[in-house]
Parts: sequence; C-alpha cells; structure tokens
Amino acid sequence: MSTAAEAAGREREAPYEGPLLDVRDLHVEFVTRDGVARAVNGVDYSVRAGETLAVLGESGSGKSVTAQAIMGILDTPPARIPRGEIRFRGRDMLKMGKDERRRIRGRRIAMIFQDALSALNPVLSVGFQLGEMFRAHQGASRAEARAKAVELMDRVRIPAAKQRVNDYPHQFSGGMRQRIMIAMALALEPDLIIADEPTTALDVTVQAQVMDLLAELQAEYHMGLILITHDLGVVADVADKIAVMYAGRIVETAPVHDLYARPAHPYTRGLLDSIPRLDQKGQELYAIKGLPPNLLRIPPGCAFNPRCPRAQAVCRGEVPELYPVAEDDGRPLEGRGSACFFWKETLHDR
Amino acid sequence: MGSYVLRRVLQMIPVFFGTTLLIFLMVYTLPGDPVSALFGEKAADPAVVASIRHKYFLDQPVWKQYLHYMGNLFQGDFGTSFTGRPVSDIMAGAFPVTIRLALLAFVFEMVLGLALGLVSGLRRGSLQDTLVLILTLVVISIPVFVLAYIAQTVFATNLGWVTPTVQNSYDLSQLILPAVVLGSLSLAYVARLTRTSIGENLRADYMRTAVAKGLPGRTIVLRHLLRNSLIPVITFLGTDLGALMGGAIVTEGIFNVQGVGNVLYRAINTKEGPTVVGIVTVLVIVYLVASLLVDLLYAVLDPRIRYA
Repeated sequence: MSTAAEAAGREREAPYEGPLLDVRDLHVEFVTRDGVARAVNGVDYSVRAGETLAVLGESGSGKSVTAQAIMGILDTPPARIPRGEIRFRGRDMLKMGKDERRRIRGRRIAMIFQDALSALNPVLSVGFQLGEMFRAHQGASRAEARAKAVELMDRVRIPAAKQRVNDYPHQFSGGMRQRIMIAMALALEPDLIIADEPTTALDVTVQAQVMDLLAELQAEYHMGLILITHDLGVVADVADKIAVMYAGRIVETAPVHDLYARPAHPYTRGLLDSIPRLDQKGQELYAIKGLPPNLLRIPPGCAFNPRCPRAQAVCRGEVPELYPVAEDDGRPLEGRGSACFFWKETLHDR
Repeated sequence: MGSYVLRRVLQMIPVFFGTTLLIFLMVYTLPGDPVSALFGEKAADPAVVASIRHKYFLDQPVWKQYLHYMGNLFQGDFGTSFTGRPVSDIMAGAFPVTIRLALLAFVFEMVLGLALGLVSGLRRGSLQDTLVLILTLVVISIPVFVLAYIAQTVFATNLGWVTPTVQNSYDLSQLILPAVVLGSLSLAYVARLTRTSIGENLRADYMRTAVAKGLPGRTIVLRHLLRNSLIPVITFLGTDLGALMGGAIVTEGIFNVQGVGNVLYRAINTKEGPTVVGIVTVLVIVYLVASLLVDLLYAVLDPRIRYA
C-alpha cells in the first residue's frame, strides 16, 4: 500500500513526535434566538499517532461539536469559536486560511459519520464518491479514481467490489454502507480519523465487525483515532484512553481499563451503573436521575450537581477543574483526571 | 428501465381514451346549436341544415359520433371544421406559433428562475435573497393580464422597443415580450422552488460529508448540492412545458399571437366541435408525452427511483 501511496505523489513526512492533535481550552457556542448555547466550554485533549481516544458522553455533551470544530465543518454562524486552539502537528488550525484548512480535511484528517445512508450522496454512485477523494486532492483522472475506488472497497472487504462500484448507496446494507464511509475516510491515508458514533446506526452483530475493521486498519496505518460514542460497550476493546464529557466539559479522563474498574467521577460511575447486566436480571435498571442540562442555562458550579448523589454546597458554587487522580499514598495514576471535588471518595466508592 | 417505460406507455392508452371521450361529450352536449349558429340571424333552410347535420354525423347518437371520430383519428384525419377547413390545417397554422412561444417562455423561466433560485438559496437572508423573494411575490400576486398590459405600456408605448401587438406570429423576435409575460409566473415558482430545495439540501448530511472530504466549494455546489436540489424543480418544469404547449388564451389574446390558445378560444365561442376536440386531443398527447419524459428524467436524476 505504501508504494501505491508514493506513486500517487503523497509526501510522507518524518513521523511527528508530539501529539498529532492537541486541543487546548476549546470553546464553541451557538447563537440562537433564545440566547447563546454554550456547547463546548474549555475542552482539552490530545491524540498521538496510533492512539485511540474515546470520547464518551450523552447527546448534547459537546462531543460531536468538538469533533466538528476540529474538522472545520461547523456552520459559522450560528456556531462560533470564541476561544481555544486546535493544533494539528503543532500548528493551530484555527489560524489557518480557508484553503489550507480544506486541504487538511479528508487528506490529513478524515471523518466517519454516524448514519452512512444520509451521509452519502443518494444520487451519486459509491465508486464516484470514493473516487472524488483522489480527483479533488490528487488530480486523478476519472478512470484512475474508479480503479482506486475498487481497491478501497476491497480493502474494507466489500464483496464483489468490481461489480458493485457503480451501485448507489441505497443498494447496500447498513454495514456495507458504513464500510464505504470507512473506505472514504481511509482513501488518502490520513494521519487522524474522527469517527462520530460509527456503529450506532448498525445491528449489534454488524457493530462488532465494523469496529474490528476500523481498529485493524487504524493499527495498520498507524493513524490516530478519535472515537465518539455514547456506548460504553463499544469503546472497551478498541480505545487506549477515554475522555468523558458532560455539558461541554471533560469531566474525567483515564486509560480505558482503569475507568471501568475505578471511575473517579460520579457521572462516569452513573454511566457504568446504568449498563444492563445479566447477573442483575429482574432488578430495576439504574438510571442517572434528572435530565442533561439545557445548554442555554448551564447550572452554576459543577454542571452535574443537580443530578449528582454526592453534591455538596461547594459543587453549586465553584466549577471544579480537572484534578489529577492519585492513590491514597500519593502515587499519581498515569493519565487520570477527574473534575470532581470528591474524586477521592468516588474512587473508593464500590 | 425498459419495462418501466413500457408500463408507462401502456398506462397512457386508457388515459388517452378517457380524456378524449370526456372532451367529446362536453363539446357535443354544450347548449346551443352550432349549425344554426352558422346562419347567424337568417332563418335556415331545413333541408340545408339536415344535410350539414348528416355531413358532420350530428344526426347520429353521441357514442356513434365518438367511434366515427376516433376511427378517422387513427387514420390521421382530424375531421373538418364547420367552415369547411380541415382541422389539421388549422392546427398546422396554430401549433408552430405556440411551440415557438412556449419554448421561448420555457427557456426564459428555466434559465432565469434557476439562477435566481440558486443565488437566493445559497445566501439566505442576504439582500439578493430578499430582493428575489419580493420580486417573485409581486409576480405571483399580479394577474397575468395586468402584467401583460404593464409590459405593453412600458416596452411598446413608453420605450417604443416593440409594437404593442404581434404583427407576424412566426417572427421569434416579436414573440419575446409575450413569452416573457407568459413565463414570468412560472419563473417566480421555479425561483422559489429552487431556493427552498437548495436550502433544504444545504443542511443535508451528505453536504457535511462533502465538506469533510475537503472538496472545493464549486464542486460541492455543482456536483452534490445542485443535482439533488434540481429533482423537484425538474418535475415542475416538465409539467409546465406541457401546460405552455396548451397555449395561453389570455397572453395570446392580449398580444394577438395567432397560436393554439387564440384558435381554441374562438372555436369554443363558435361551438366549432371538430376544432376543439382536435386541438384538445393533440394537447392530451403532448401532456402525456411531457409527463412521461419528466418521469424518465426523474429516474435518471434519482437512482432510488430507477430501481424501485
């Protein structure tokens, strides 16, 4: 594959040592008729090559908006980014010109969307839509683009790729359509892929296949992967680290298995407790009480306090920062952070 | 695709017979006697009346008249008008004029309508968008005869660019003003339909994908946005072409264009049964073919329909 990439004239830079993507203090707001909705309120995260970051959260937590801000596909207006940096290979993309930004999209950072049926153009064949990547970014001819589209479809294991390259999105099954989305993201061997709920619209059996394929290709190309999901089951096997988002902030970060074993934020704890388990059959399923906050009126203090079983007066008055999480003996836990005043107590809570 | 076309053509047969029968019945049950009308104020000789009635099969029951008419029609004979002129002659004079007028109006409404719709759809809320909305609203709310008189006053009387009425109906340059008046209402609809369709498709998920792929803006608009947005507009344009071919009674009347609309209007007034039925039969065929073409075009544009 690397020879094919060289033949296509893709310049290979020396591997970048720092984080591929470094998001710093990102704020995104939407100007609506009813006021300003603060969708993202100071998010920091970073991804290295070959690393998978899972971003977990309910709808409205700001996880997708953050991803769209990174891609540069937010509609502005109504969206605006009043503060923050999105560094890609050390350069702030928010300070780049329109054209430079566009050349990064698809080529260096690619995105996989949730619902492939609506995310693919219904009136263009999948071969055409795949081939467009090569035509727009590499100036490939129609015939070259088609040949590469077939190659890509083979790559994501779509049976009879040669015969199906001229078919339209509605002629494929949901799983096959999502494979086409993955192929499209993979086309130019980007450094980073953002997958926004890539398996949510699929059957459970197909979910695992698609997830495995994505993980396999990521390892093969040594790409960074941001996996956005609300499904704790999906991330367990493939992610290296997790960032849990709530009301536009990261409330907890942790290596994936630590988070499952010992959550350090009451919200994460609630999410884990609300997963149905076979050994609890017959008992009532736990649910976090209350509703996610209205982004027009985020509660003062910790945004989770109205729903939190642990909330105290301090939680209503002050916004907790992301504290480093450590063992009782002071040994810091690598990569762990919790935006809770009571992370210590939560960590011990069983 | 082939069986789809065949099915559509077969569907046209009952529609064709149904509509011709209906118009036949309507014309021949109209109150008043076309034959005595031929004689005006004078008292008619009963023998002459009877022979005319016999000649035009008016002494037969309606169903026999219909069968006779259809029988002749399939041999390419549209019958003879009460004035003795073959109906096919009358139509051969009127249809070329109407086709010219219709095509001019069609090109005008399509090109300008799409352009205005695209501009205002892409820049919603802008000055251009507001202007297009106001202009189209004005055109939609003004009756066509008012618009025609305004056009006459401005372009013929005040500016003197054209003559108020058409002198030679076969001269394309003279047909431009009537065509603009005729096409203006549909232009307003095309512009608004395009604007709405563009606005809807702009928010579609596949547009976000196209941006995320890093495609240049022009490619996104022309290849992804426009093709999807045009589907409803083309449906409208296709049926409108059929309607335009039917002639425009008001516009043709005001500008004295000797097209189908004018001829049909006169024929109805003088109860010229054979002429009315002949013209309407041709119009039915034109309409059916136009809607078939629209459906085929629709299938070309939207693959989801092609295989349904």
